[in-house]
Amino acid sequence: MSTFPANASGTVDGTLLLAAGRGFLSPTGVEITFVLVGLVTLGAAIMAVTSKQLVHAALWLVLALGGVAVEYLLLTAEFIAWVQVLIYVGSVVVLLLFGLMLTRAPIGPSPDADSGNRWIALAVALATAATLVTVVVDAFVSANSAWITLDTPQGDTATIGESLFRHWVLPFEALSVLLLAALVGAIVLSRRRSTASGAAPRTSTRPVAPPGPGARPRAGARTVAGGGPADAQPVADAQPGPGEQADAGGQSEQSPVNESEPESGRGKKEER
Amino acid sequence: MHLVYPAVLSALLFSVGLYGVLARRNIVLVLISVELMLNAVNLNLVAFDVWLRDELHAGQSLTLFTIAIAAAEIGIGLAIVLLVFRNRGSSNLDELRDLAEEPPEGPPHDGDAVESSGDATDPAGSGHHPDAAAAKKAEATA
Repeated sequence: MSTFPANASGTVDGTLLLAAGRGFLSPTGVEITFVLVGLVTLGAAIMAVTSKQLVHAALWLVLALGGVAVEYLLLTAEFIAWVQVLIYVGSVVVLLLFGLMLTRAPIGPSPDADSGNRWIALAVALATAATLVTVVVDAFVSANSAWITLDTPQGDTATIGESLFRHWVLPFEALSVLLLAALVGAIVLSRRRSTASGAAPRTSTRPVAPPGPGARPRAGARTVAGGGPADAQPVADAQPGPGEQADAGGQSEQSPVNESEPESGRGKKEER
Repeated sequence: MHLVYPAVLSALLFSVGLYGVLARRNIVLVLISVELMLNAVNLNLVAFDVWLRDELHAGQSLTLFTIAIAAAEIGIGLAIVLLVFRNRGSSNLDELRDLAEEPPEGPPHDGDAVESSGDATDPAGSGHHPDAAAAKKAEATA
């Protein structure tokens, strides 16, 4: 990113917008740190979307999100940075790991993690990146007013709290209602499974379901197993996972065990 | 700091997330990629908020809202993923094709299973398959 044309090479001392030292060829320490952390973040993000091991992808996501948190800190958005660490790294990634484990993701490398259209996806992503970077650089790299002055912190907790509870109270309360709706929705989704054990229509469409020869050995085992026992199998071995269901509380029946973890994670989020 | 640094990083992160959404098969990995895209948007919001020195701090407030909505989305999304996994035994996106017509029997986008479950547009050859798929889908989403 330091190969951009230096617009402020001939700087004029004393002016506000073209102060000395501002230029792409003379980056400050904050900018160097930003670029380095940005490279780490980008590399972790690329590893998170290309890793063949599913759990490793979630762990690379931790590094990417932590890097974004550091970028927030460098942009003096302190409160957002800590919220990012608390919510994303602390809650969302844990939920993703729960999801990976409850869907019985293989521990080792799984060669079918990417679908067949990954080259099309790569082309689309490269085209998107080229377009966005070109547009952004065209728009801002030659603008003298596009310098962020970081001398005063812009996002400490007092400032954000005052802004949030003075100007943005109504969206904040609406957001709490939305979180409540999401909580109720997750509970409804997870309560239903005690009656969902009818096997007749599934066995008729069972040869249709695994489409390709590249299906996982788990799916192949299910097709061999056939009708009723194959349907009972994921229910049966989804049960022993949530031994921690007792702390989720509030659920009287025994069956909605697994999805209690999203609620507990989001309940922790909602207290914020 | 110039605005180009966070803006370019945000654009690249968004593209990486877009690649992940399009290229992954596992639903949880697609959710991971969606989180990356949301983070790119958040970084853009914070950068422009700090650049503009907004009095209302609209960018950072919207970032907080986005983070909360992302947490809600990941909770609901994982509940749906676990429900799909229980009903189908698979968490791969390209195996969830119940709303598609079967390729050798009908045109690919003739009508989805929900539409043909009413027996109005049902071709004679593939009679029972869309009905069964619709029943399975209805059971899964009940």
